[in-house]
Amino acid sequence: MAKTSAHQKNKSYSNAVYATPVSEHPSLDEVYEVTPFSEAFWTYLNYVILNIFGWFRDLLRNARIENRKGSAENNPPGFVPLYQSYESFYTRNVYQRIADCFNRPIGSVPGATLDLLERVTDDYNWSFRFTGGKVKTINLASYNYLGFANNSGPIAENVINSIKTSGLTAASTTQEFGTLTQHRKLESLLAEYLGTEDAIAFGMGFATNALNIPTLVGKKNDSFQSLAINKTKLLYLKGCLILSDELNHASLVLGARLSGAVIKVYKHNDMNHLERLLRESIISGQPRTHRMWKKILIIVEGVYSMEGSLCKLPELIELKKKYRAYLYLDEAHSIGAMGLRGRGVVDYWKCDVNDVDILMGTFTKSFAAAGGYIAGKKDLIDHIRVTSHSAAYATSMSPPVVEQIVSVLNLLLDNDEEHEGRQRINQLAWNARYFRQRLTKMGFIVYGHPHSPVVPALLYSPSKIAAFNREMLKRGVAVVTVGFPATPLVLGRVRFCLSASHTKEMLDEVLKHAEEVGDLLNMRKSKLNPKRPFHETES
Amino acid sequence: MGSPANHDNVASLATDFYSLLESFKETPFYHLLFEIFLVLTVLWLILFRKPRRIEKKLTEKEKQELIDEWQPEPLVPPVDANHPALNVRVLDGIVGKTIEIDGKKSLNFATFNFLNFVGNPRITDKAIQAVQKYGVGSCGPRGFYGTIDIHLELEERLAHFFNCEEGIIYSYGFSTVASIIPAYSKRNDILFVDEGVHYAIQKGVEASRSTVKWFRHNDISDLERLLVEQDIHDKKNPKKARTLRRFLIIEGLYMNYGDLCPLPRMVELKYQYKYRIFMDESVSFGTIGQTGRGVTEYYNIDRRKIDLISSSLEYSVGSIGGFAVGSSFVVDHQRLSAQGYCFSASLPPLLAAAAIEALNIMEEEDTTLCDTLMEKSKRLHQKLLDIKGYLIVGEDISPLKHLRLTNSQNTVARLEEIVEFAQTRGITITVARYLNDEHRLPEPSIRLILNVEMTDEELEFLCTVLQEARVKVTV
Repeated sequence: MAKTSAHQKNKSYSNAVYATPVSEHPSLDEVYEVTPFSEAFWTYLNYVILNIFGWFRDLLRNARIENRKGSAENNPPGFVPLYQSYESFYTRNVYQRIADCFNRPIGSVPGATLDLLERVTDDYNWSFRFTGGKVKTINLASYNYLGFANNSGPIAENVINSIKTSGLTAASTTQEFGTLTQHRKLESLLAEYLGTEDAIAFGMGFATNALNIPTLVGKKNDSFQSLAINKTKLLYLKGCLILSDELNHASLVLGARLSGAVIKVYKHNDMNHLERLLRESIISGQPRTHRMWKKILIIVEGVYSMEGSLCKLPELIELKKKYRAYLYLDEAHSIGAMGLRGRGVVDYWKCDVNDVDILMGTFTKSFAAAGGYIAGKKDLIDHIRVTSHSAAYATSMSPPVVEQIVSVLNLLLDNDEEHEGRQRINQLAWNARYFRQRLTKMGFIVYGHPHSPVVPALLYSPSKIAAFNREMLKRGVAVVTVGFPATPLVLGRVRFCLSASHTKEMLDEVLKHAEEVGDLLNMRKSKLNPKRPFHETES
Repeated sequence: MGSPANHDNVASLATDFYSLLESFKETPFYHLLFEIFLVLTVLWLILFRKPRRIEKKLTEKEKQELIDEWQPEPLVPPVDANHPALNVRVLDGIVGKTIEIDGKKSLNFATFNFLNFVGNPRITDKAIQAVQKYGVGSCGPRGFYGTIDIHLELEERLAHFFNCEEGIIYSYGFSTVASIIPAYSKRNDILFVDEGVHYAIQKGVEASRSTVKWFRHNDISDLERLLVEQDIHDKKNPKKARTLRRFLIIEGLYMNYGDLCPLPRMVELKYQYKYRIFMDESVSFGTIGQTGRGVTEYYNIDRRKIDLISSSLEYSVGSIGGFAVGSSFVVDHQRLSAQGYCFSASLPPLLAAAAIEALNIMEEEDTTLCDTLMEKSKRLHQKLLDIKGYLIVGEDISPLKHLRLTNSQNTVARLEEIVEFAQTRGITITVARYLNDEHRLPEPSIRLILNVEMTDEELEFLCTVLQEARVKVTV
């Protein structure tokens, strides 16, 4: 059992005056400012120059004038080359130049501050060397929304106890001997937290999507044998349609592909396009045979991590009811982080949780653990228990990780405003709104929903991505900057992930540094919010 | 007599014609154009226009009717409440050599705990230290501040253990091989896959969208037949053949059958037919070979000849996750293109610390652990062969064996009864669970897993119980 005492005062609650509970109405405005022409021009030019240089350097390497860096094939000649040469063109010539901005190793808890291992490169990012030093930085990069990444405190004590009493692994699959009492407890607490009938948890969030979507929709597998237990199940799956949002995560795309269903993509958050697709699909039926579809599944995410946008849940539910489709909601980034009580986007939009057929989420972000879950009606969860690839073949969740999640859930289920769970949810909500408002007022072009804890600010060109990252690191702030191919070609961005463990002072420091670097890189070009100096944006 | 009239006719005709021509000259130009246009249009209509099928357009009302009529199937089909997956045993406490079910202790031959590292005090201590330093989760993917120094240490240690250039770790055993195969093999590439591979490999093969050629389990002649066929095909189109990559996907010790792959011959064929070998050593890591370095050590083959070895930390090592080792040339590619690596959070540090400590123990023990395990496996195999009525599948040195009833009595129901009976006597064993859409569903069997700490008496007891169970069930 989790030992929760009255909440303890520590650094993150010094903002008591800045953590008033948020009970405003959910907002429907999301702002996506048009890319300024000059930025688009310079970004394209940037890519062209990089390509020219890349081509030139490849020429030098092929002519052996320049040494070929990186490793070479082990096998004797005669084997077909393992990699397409153009696939690695981008890696060699664009990615490698800024490779020091990614894969940075850390040496501490990924909490509000982070200790980065200092590393230097002697040969332009082809290899790195650790100097042995550590750089202390403010952490706006880790997915630690509620600030539960801690190495001490009551939750860590619970985890340590559970390692002693239950070991690190049951070393067996869920369908065989991998189910421990903790797993059952986790599932019932989760169902209570989300307000659904039942839930099931898996050891990896990515695998939860990729291995369970095929059990819900798909096509019949031909190599099926008669020794199987439930013959009729497979015949059920043929002829399904998946309507998936443009910006869905790679795990959802992989799950949809593996299922074998027909996939149609609609423009991001465009409900009109989705309705048109729904109407057209139902009217014209399956391709070629024009038979009726067996099922239609709409897959959306709660918070999109690259855009910072929210899904339009009320409209989705309306559409789903009108056309009798099923809704799959992936709350990887929104569970715990959105909503008055932290129950996700369903809580935020004040919708009925029974309207969403399949609720999925991960424990990596707000719960600071690892794994994923699916929640919904009991017969859905029973079906997943029987047919999930993960339940039949993958080892069950590790007990200390389960204990971490259970302890966090116990805190979050506590509805008392004075206690730690609610305090953290309110703090995160306040942090997200405060940071976003000031950043926007300073003139940065910021995408996404005003209340999401993910704040992307646009940088556009790949060189600015690298420059922003390095400059902020010099000033002691760790940020995540992303470019192509995770984002569209021209829209490179920096993505700030807020956390409940950030204090107002930390955020102010980050904003000051961002102002400096923004001026250095000439990024503060918003036309909607013309730039203002930092001290003027206090409101 | 009529000629003046004829003349007149001709003359009048000529005059008419002349006047026609004259009238042409007098008509306005646009009129002429219009007439020519009409003539040309008529000619076109007659000669060139193809009749177009008139498409049936639906009216709004009809569309709405179609939408209203459409009824989907229920989201999930009804599930049998007696399905074993819905009635699993719920355990308490450490699932080590013995487990506690309903308050009674029983010997555990069901979970993957080959080297008995589950509950090992040294590993527990290291894991606790890791929690006190790093917390539980790593809160990010490897590319964005999710790389912790302990991950880098584990990768180095694994590479060092296998004497390879580089290692890479994944946070889930199932996704390891399922992400690796699609990272290298794309559409149109050719995969030669053994039919007996386990489900994760089948999913990886499916996700890669490559051309798959299945060969009969452990049947080298079948593989050679396929290779020869592909060779003939290649000779017809050599230009295309130079762009198609070929891979052989096998397991070291097969989880579904318990037998070793014929690796030496496969390596020979590799250099002859120019394919790359990806071997999955989930079960053979830590169990086969003098020091547990797998099938390559057992057959004494240079590990550099195998392009990639993937394995799991969940079976022998007693942690969670998976890894791959090989040359830097091959392994480094996964850091940017393996989906389960790039888009997923990294392994929790406490599990990585546990794996490092387990590797320490394995290296300290050197040959003792694996030698003991192989000895005990051989002895168990002998004992099991002595029991009448069972069919033992698997190598004698394999610590993972499949047990079946002979001939037509081998059904899941009977095997479940045997498992129930064994549980009442204090032995925990399990029926191997598979999903229906395996490529080739194996025959029902009981999967026996040997723990290195089992004593001879305990193995004897297991055999006695199995014998009694069979008698009870087949009567």
